[in-house]
Amino acid sequence: MMNFELSTEQKEIRELAMKFAKNEMMPKAGEYDEKAQMPMDILTQAWELGLVNTCIPAEYGGAGFSVVDSMIITEALAYGCLGMNTAIMANDLALLPILLGGSEEQKKRFFKPFTESYKLAAFCLTEPGNGSDAAGIKTTIKDAGDHYLVNGQKMWITNAGYADLFVVYGTFDTSLKHKGISAIVIEGKPEGLEIGEKEDKMGHRCSDTRSVTFNNVKVPKENLLGNLGDGWKIAMATLNHSRPMVAASAVGGAQCALDHSVKYALERNQFGKPIANHQAIQMIIADMGIEIEAARLLVHKAAWLIDQGKASPEIASYSKAKSADMFMKVATDAVQVFGGYGYSKEYPVEKLMRDAKLIQIYEGTSQIQRIVIAKEIFSRS
Amino acid sequence: MNIFVCIKQVPDTETKVTPNGDGSYIETSSIKWIMNPYDEFAVEQALLTKAANSGSTVTVVRVGGVKDTEALRNALAMGADEAILVESGDNLDSYMTAKALKGAIEKSDKTPDVIFTGKQAIDDDCLQVPQLLATMLGLPSVSVVVGCEEEGGKFTLKREVEGGALEVYEVTAPAVIACNKGLNTPRYASLPGIMKAKRKPLAQHSLADVGVSDSDARVKYSDFQLPPEKPAGKKFDAMEEGARASVVADVVKLLREEAKVI
Repeated sequence: MMNFELSTEQKEIRELAMKFAKNEMMPKAGEYDEKAQMPMDILTQAWELGLVNTCIPAEYGGAGFSVVDSMIITEALAYGCLGMNTAIMANDLALLPILLGGSEEQKKRFFKPFTESYKLAAFCLTEPGNGSDAAGIKTTIKDAGDHYLVNGQKMWITNAGYADLFVVYGTFDTSLKHKGISAIVIEGKPEGLEIGEKEDKMGHRCSDTRSVTFNNVKVPKENLLGNLGDGWKIAMATLNHSRPMVAASAVGGAQCALDHSVKYALERNQFGKPIANHQAIQMIIADMGIEIEAARLLVHKAAWLIDQGKASPEIASYSKAKSADMFMKVATDAVQVFGGYGYSKEYPVEKLMRDAKLIQIYEGTSQIQRIVIAKEIFSRS
Repeated sequence: MNIFVCIKQVPDTETKVTPNGDGSYIETSSIKWIMNPYDEFAVEQALLTKAANSGSTVTVVRVGGVKDTEALRNALAMGADEAILVESGDNLDSYMTAKALKGAIEKSDKTPDVIFTGKQAIDDDCLQVPQLLATMLGLPSVSVVVGCEEEGGKFTLKREVEGGALEVYEVTAPAVIACNKGLNTPRYASLPGIMKAKRKPLAQHSLADVGVSDSDARVKYSDFQLPPEKPAGKKFDAMEEGARASVVADVVKLLREEAKVI
């Protein structure tokens, strides 16, 4: 059985998400980027339309989307603005550990507020000293009798300044390395939780990125996901699920870069004809098309595997590495097609090139993806 | 209230239109279809009217080809309750369209209290169907409506007239109201709305079912052609100081003798 056709419903979902991206997100993307300001009005409207928290299953009040559906939405929203999409995607990243590692009671309790109004969530794994080496995290979760105590600092936390829910990874014993890691949910802004200044970033500037510090933060025992020591497993399962989503955002951004390039190439005249009629430009445009479609197919396959209950870390990493590197290349080439105008903030491809860079870094750098991939390949021989 | 909305499915505004092989119509094979933008205002006004009158239903009616039911599904996803599709060829004239809409509305189990339409379709721009439909149904109609308030079955309607002035009408339902841009901001179909739309009733009729036959045609389309390409414009170089006076004289001469605009 092979079928590359989207269902009628999926086409309608894409139609709505693209309409929203083009009419609401794109016209304001430049302004929010320049001001480095969270577009709460646009994000709230996206939530009202059902475009946010697509991972929440129907039995907990979500729309009950498949992972393929979520990818379609993510690709469209990223087409509108990568930064706004990061704010939206970060909610899924924080809710997925609850979906994948939480109890029935926890899913009901934590998901409910997110289905009732627009709320933000933050996934807290990376620390100032531990990024790619996530197993070496220093934040501690200590058993203090009737509650846990959380201490430590997290870095590059998306949505931190606006979040009502934090999923925090910490260790109860650093000597156990990844086996000592646990995941815990912190609600609201309890005493001892401090939010840092907003980071001044190269791209995705509207999205809210900060450090989060925990000083003896008391957390109820019933907020631990799974058992002590389950955190690493939960984090890895989350990333296997979220990486194809990040890859989908790269495909959306790259498609946007291609569409801008095609339009410009047809309008811009040099040597007496549109630059679209020069082979030099045609080669660039054709390569963009090839690369985007290849990445999109990988994303759909990775998502389809998750829907089939056969989530593959290897294919998830293929999709993330391929799409991120592809987007960087396509965005750089889009600036090339625009020439001097592409380098100016007056035109949209400059922002896309800045935005593309982050996709090669967050949720596992392109190099970490290759480490995962190589490990999987060698494990078979 | 029984609220009806008549909508048309038209080519996406970004479509590059070309005549088909034998010139009998436009090439439709690669067209992306959308709801006529003016009809979106009609759907939105119907949904607003429904919200203000509990127990109301919104029925969307469309006459056209069945290849893609995008526009009807979109109206259902926005919040309309049921849909009626009258299957026809791609290119019906205004009279046949109005007659088919009348037949479909009369065939439904509801008597209309109000019928909303767009003021015109953006593909053929005929601007006739709302008035024809109203006449056939024996109802009053107001077109180019930019303001609509309803109370107890009475509509206060504002319509744009030349020079930016507004005419205000009071109309007792039932009536046909043809909507213009500026009346409201059409809502997006939400994702839960899209999911729900699948389960909403969609009745299908043939033209014969609603009492329309080929002999009802009032317009015969003989040929579809692209307009002739515009010749390139004339360029005048006035950069050199000394040349300006003679360039101006040349331009004025051509405007008078060739373009005949002065």
